[in-house]
Amino acid sequence: MLEIKNLSVSVDNKQILNGLNLSVKAGEVHAIMGPNGSGKSTLAHILAGKPGYEIIGGEIIYQGKNLLAMEPELRACEGIFLAFQYPVEISGVNNLYFLKEAYNAIRRHRAEKALDAMDFLKLAKEKMKLVELNESFFNRNVNEGFSGGEKKRNEIFQMAILDPTLAILDETDSGLDIDALKTVASGVNHLRNEKKAIILVTHYQRLLDYIKPDFVHVLAQGKIIKSGDATLALRLEEEGYSWALEKENARA
Amino acid sequence: MSNDTQTIHDITNQDYKYGFVTDVEMEIAPKGLSENIVRLISNKKNEPEFLLEFRLKAYRHWLTMKQPKWQNVNFPEINYQDIIYYAAPKQKKKLESLDELDPEIRSTFEKLGISLDEQKKLSGVAVDAVFDSVSVATTFREKLGELGIIFCSFSEAVKNHPELVKKYLGSVVPYTDNYFAALNSAVFSDGSFCFIPKGVRCPMELSTYFRMNASETGQFERTLIIAEDKSYVSYLEGCTAPMRDKNQLHAAVVELVALDHATIKYSTVQNWYPGDKNGKGGIYNFVTKRGKCAGVSSKISWTQVETGSAITWKYPSCILYGDNSIGEFYSVAITNNWQQADTGTKMIHVGENTRSTVISKGISAGHGQNAYRGLIKIMKNATGARNYTQCDSLLLGNQCGAHTFPYIEVKNPTAKIEHEATTSKISEDQLFYLRQRGISSENAVSIIVNGFCKQVLKQLPMEFAVEAQKLLGVSLEGSVG
Repeated sequence: MLEIKNLSVSVDNKQILNGLNLSVKAGEVHAIMGPNGSGKSTLAHILAGKPGYEIIGGEIIYQGKNLLAMEPELRACEGIFLAFQYPVEISGVNNLYFLKEAYNAIRRHRAEKALDAMDFLKLAKEKMKLVELNESFFNRNVNEGFSGGEKKRNEIFQMAILDPTLAILDETDSGLDIDALKTVASGVNHLRNEKKAIILVTHYQRLLDYIKPDFVHVLAQGKIIKSGDATLALRLEEEGYSWALEKENARA
Repeated sequence: MSNDTQTIHDITNQDYKYGFVTDVEMEIAPKGLSENIVRLISNKKNEPEFLLEFRLKAYRHWLTMKQPKWQNVNFPEINYQDIIYYAAPKQKKKLESLDELDPEIRSTFEKLGISLDEQKKLSGVAVDAVFDSVSVATTFREKLGELGIIFCSFSEAVKNHPELVKKYLGSVVPYTDNYFAALNSAVFSDGSFCFIPKGVRCPMELSTYFRMNASETGQFERTLIIAEDKSYVSYLEGCTAPMRDKNQLHAAVVELVALDHATIKYSTVQNWYPGDKNGKGGIYNFVTKRGKCAGVSSKISWTQVETGSAITWKYPSCILYGDNSIGEFYSVAITNNWQQADTGTKMIHVGENTRSTVISKGISAGHGQNAYRGLIKIMKNATGARNYTQCDSLLLGNQCGAHTFPYIEVKNPTAKIEHEATTSKISEDQLFYLRQRGISSENAVSIIVNGFCKQVLKQLPMEFAVEAQKLLGVSLEGSVG
């Protein structure tokens, strides 16, 4: 589904990613771990098409298409969803209205009929249960005055509505208490199936207690230096990133 | 240019959609202004003596005045002798019914989405259509007449209700008020007149649609709305003009009078031709709008969406004379390309426990310059007066400007005044967030701008809110979803 080949990226002339390779198939959950500043969020942003990055090498093939040539909204319409680490507030814009616009934009792209307000409300009420939000949420402005946990749950709620093919969660676990973490994890697990793929960007192993990854990758110095199964995350938790880094440096 | 900046650039470069010209036979006065022209206008309209006197006094006073210079907008000197002060579509005879209206004019209004056909009754809005300063049609007149409501062109009011015109004309905006009010008082040609009798709640929105068509003319309308005790009226005003290379002057005067417990809600969606992308042409919209809350517990509420004109220079204001009276001002002003706006309000608190609210949203794009200028004045006897002012500015791109000039004068120690102001740029993070959810960049800008203006837009009557959103669309972005 997703093939990242030798990707190098810089921002403000500073190289962040340096020959990164990653292959993700449908049905898989990949966790990307790594120390601060290793380029995890950059990778998430690049996949979603955030402006401001310079691609200096490599390519990304998503469902057979050249992802880097696509506008962010086209990527979203083609099934890519980014759960933001810091969701922005948009004042005066109703949460549910915004989501209906997004949902219908994606439906129109698929040549499906847009849902009217009533049908959309029905859908929203159903999906809302997944993340244990109440209806007062609908009438608030997008992320405005939301607590940290509410913002993250709103991201997962949006993901549940938009039903992406490839979901990228950028440190969705950070800043969550244990109950919120469980809620978010169960929302994610609910979406998991053999047709979809999920990339979890995280600092901590604890999210992986609730969402079992098929693969764990360590991202450091702008590339993936180690890959393994779920046990790799446990090992990292015990020994720290320096362990993986030392091995990599010794090999180099 | 980054992608998002490019998007803003593209979106703010859309074309004016109302720029067509209608070909009708016109009766046109020679260029220039003199006492003879003033007399000619009055004569053409068979006006009573008192009105001619009013015009002449205004004209003579105007001659002693100088155009003010304090505004934060720039334009070349206006040559007042190079303007045509009277232009009217030629009518062969007096219209007996709307069916006799010049089909060209009818189709003009239809193109603008204004139906003059009473039979259709689609919108439930009574319309007074003003074409180059002359009212050409007023709909729903009989139905309103049954309630004692008078809704007609200003000229007809002069003819049929001279006592009302004489009593109220100039009572809120005297001809000595300012340069453009004096000019208007001398040469105004038509406009709308509206009278709501005691205890009547006007059952439909009243609307005037102004269309400027002839070239090199000035448009000088006069609107007068009187709401007697315990009455209510909601009034809408819309305007468009063809694209012309030369600047055209529009200097209207609007006077509102609200008596005891009466409410007037006045909404404007102003979309005069703003000039081309290089700032050539466009309307100078120099308008005096003022309401007097003459009675106790009366209320006047102004809502304006200013998207057009090369220059917008106006301050719809309230004189809160009656005790417990309320003044409101809700404004969205957009300046794009080379447009300039210096707009805001004056709230003059005279009576006790008078209250006013000011919500102003300025949006600047391209090379647009947008100024909010407001005066809150609490007079000596206005015990317990309160004001809340909020003015927010949104910048799109980095070549535009936003300015705020708030003035506060307080002469009574019990007054409570709050003023809040913010300036922000449309953030790339917000744009990206919406785009990542599948929303096109054009719609993303539109959603953010509409969110920014929501406090004001929700004040508009339903029928108008949709049109206003569409006009925001024309001015800044594509369609609003």
